[in-house]
Amino acid sequence: MYFDNFSEFLAMGGHGLYVWIAYGLTAVIFIFNLIIPIFKRKRIIVEQTRQLRREELHASNS
Amino acid sequence: MWRWFHKLGSPKWFYAISGRWLPWFAVAALLLLTVGTVWALLFAPADYQQGNSYRIIYIHVPAAFLAQSGYVMMAIAGAVGLIWKMKLADVMAKCCAPIGASFTLLALITGAVWGKPTWGAWWVWDARLTSMLVLLFLYLGVVALQSAFTDRNQAARASALLSLVGLVNIPIIKYSVEWWNTLHQPASLTLTQKPTMPAEMWVPLLIMVAGFYCFFTVVLFMRARVELLDRERRTGWVKDIIRDKG
Repeated sequence: MYFDNFSEFLAMGGHGLYVWIAYGLTAVIFIFNLIIPIFKRKRIIVEQTRQLRREELHASNS
Repeated sequence: MWRWFHKLGSPKWFYAISGRWLPWFAVAALLLLTVGTVWALLFAPADYQQGNSYRIIYIHVPAAFLAQSGYVMMAIAGAVGLIWKMKLADVMAKCCAPIGASFTLLALITGAVWGKPTWGAWWVWDARLTSMLVLLFLYLGVVALQSAFTDRNQAARASALLSLVGLVNIPIIKYSVEWWNTLHQPASLTLTQKPTMPAEMWVPLLIMVAGFYCFFTVVLFMRARVELLDRERRTGWVKDIIRDKG
C-alpha cells in the first residue's frame, strides 16, 4: 500500500480535494446512468400494463 | 451473412440476447472498476512531478476514451440506420447520445479538477480541451434533435446526419496534442508504443478502461431495452413481456 495511514490517504499529499471531487463526481455520473433507465423501465411497464388491461377489457366487452 | 445481419436487426432477438449478456457485463464492470479503483487510489505509486493529483488519470482517460468511441459508435449506428433503415441501429444511435454526453462531461470536469493543481487553471483554451467541448456540444445537439421530432424516423435521420458531420471532430481531438503544441500532455496509452509509465501505473489504468467499457455496455443495453419496449409496444413479444411483469 502506498499510504501509511488513513488520514494521509484522505489528504492525497495536499491534493485530496481535487482527487475526491473527481472520484465523487464519477460516482454521481455512474449512478445517474444506471437509475435513469431503471426508472424509465418501471414507468413504461406500468403504463403498458394499464394499456393492455384496457384493451383486453374492451375486447371482452365487445 | 445476410441472415445474420437481419437477425441482428431484429428487436425481439436483441432484447432476448442482451438480457442474457447484461448480467455478465455488469459483473465484469463491477469487478474491474472495484479492482481498478482500489489499485489506482491505494497501491499505485505517486507521480514524481504531480504527486497524488495524477490519480485523476484513472477516471479522466477512460472517460475520454469512452466519450470518443461512444461518438464513433453513435455515428456508425446512425449511418447503418440511414442506409438499411434498421430499427435497432436507430435505437442504438439514440441511446448512445446521452451516455456519451455524460462521459464527455466527466472527462471535461475531471480534466478541469486535474488542471487546477497541475497547470494552475481550471480551464484553458487548449486545442484538446476545446475540441472536447465541441464534442460535448455535438452530443447535446444529437440529444436535442432526437427529441425535437414527433416522427421517430425523421428524428433518427436528422440525428444521424449531425453525428456523421460531427465525426470530423474525432481525428481533431486525437491529433490536437500533436498538431498544436499546447498545455495538454500527449497520449498516455497508445497501441503502438510501450507506455512511458511503469507497469504499476498503467496496469490499473488499463483495468479502469476495460471497466468503463463494460459499464458503457451495461447502461447502453439497459437504455436500448427500455427504448425497444416503448417502440415495439404494439408487437406480440412486448405484450407477452408486459403480461409476465404486470
